[in-house]
Amino acid sequence: MAEDKIRVVVAKPGLDGHDRGAKVIARALRDSGMEVIYTGLRQTPEQIVETAIQEDADAIGISILSGAHEYYFSKVIDLLKEKEASDIIVFGGGVIPEDDVPHLLEIGAGAIFGPGTPTTSCSEWLKNAVKEKRAMETR
Amino acid sequence: MQGLVQKALGGHIRSIARIITMVESESPYTEEIMKLIYPHTGNAHIIGITGSPGAGKSTLTDKLIDNFKQQGKNVGVIAVDPSSPFTGGAILADRIRMQRHSVDPNVYIRSMGTRGSLGGLAKSTYEAAMILDACGKDVIFIETVGVGQSEIDIVKIADSVCLILVPGMGDDIQIMKAGIMEIADVFVVNKADRDGFERVVAEVRIMLDLVKHGNWTPPVLTTVAEKAKGLPELTQSLMDHGKFLSESREGLDKKLKRITIEVEEILQREIARFTERTWKENCTPELLDSLLAKKTDPYTVAGKILEMVFVNN
Repeated sequence: MAEDKIRVVVAKPGLDGHDRGAKVIARALRDSGMEVIYTGLRQTPEQIVETAIQEDADAIGISILSGAHEYYFSKVIDLLKEKEASDIIVFGGGVIPEDDVPHLLEIGAGAIFGPGTPTTSCSEWLKNAVKEKRAMETR
Repeated sequence: MQGLVQKALGGHIRSIARIITMVESESPYTEEIMKLIYPHTGNAHIIGITGSPGAGKSTLTDKLIDNFKQQGKNVGVIAVDPSSPFTGGAILADRIRMQRHSVDPNVYIRSMGTRGSLGGLAKSTYEAAMILDACGKDVIFIETVGVGQSEIDIVKIADSVCLILVPGMGDDIQIMKAGIMEIADVFVVNKADRDGFERVVAEVRIMLDLVKHGNWTPPVLTTVAEKAKGLPELTQSLMDHGKFLSESREGLDKKLKRITIEVEEILQREIARFTERTWKENCTPELLDSLLAKKTDPYTVAGKILEMVFVNN
């Protein structure tokens, strides 16, 4: 029987060491039946993008608390373009001011989940987003 | 499909990653992909890394990548972690220890969830290893899930099996037990900066003295993976074993056995598919009722289904 399991990289870029949020979301995505490739702390955008490509991930989830979200999101999205992999969905969460969200969405982030988001809304969103992405692909 | 496989054979990472996914998800293209891959396989040295959870498999693999890279080798890694039996989800986190290699073009790391498989590997780990072999990897490490005593599927697909032990895991009777202790080509006692490591080494050596082995006597090495201690010796041992296989009857026997198992497994899978389909088509409520009422028995029913399978196909 063919399975179409969702594979998602959960990454924590930058120098801040608070990975509780990343772990909570990794666990929640796992519990909704996805395969979560967890990269651990202090990842560079290059590492995150290469990981997603090697793992043939459908999506990259980025957790940022440091305030450097603008840089990391745009860098990851640019690198994906460079590697002809911009079909990989990028989403994220953490401490990201609401005012900054529209621009992140504009440059290509699929969704940004702030503090207090129920984990199920994140996994539901991702399931739908991957479904749409796969429908577009001629696999 | 041919185009994608050609790109993968040429070393294009995304194509390699994609065909592994297709095979892993049992896409209808699997057979076509594997047929195209097969003629290009047989060049890589496949090394299994196994041991209990937390023994240091990922950390050791990370350091082994360094050592084999220094030998000019192109390295592939398949790291298996367990899938949830309830949701099918998984946290694949072996690569945390190896992330520094993720941007190296000569290293490809792939994580796999077991997806219901119980032998310490994922269902399609073998196929993934064949793909990496065909796509130009010289050495492929397969890191099993953290194993207990009997998850030994790795022996079917690896050329060399490296078993990682650590101090403090029980007495010498554990080492005498059948199963995992019998499949290692190289024993490693990791965390050899902790109390009791000498005892583990001695016990494994005594165990090895008592069993019969062929022309290869498994060495017992000590490492401190975190500090990369003992790694050159381990690398050498693994390379020696690879050389031994390529020059000996044992190596050829291993290959023949693996090919036989492969054909058998394909046969089993295909027969299972036909049988299941025929059973589903014929499993009526009336039939179940007559089984429940003891008017017939499961053996008779199964016999009839099998008859249909062979007559109809």
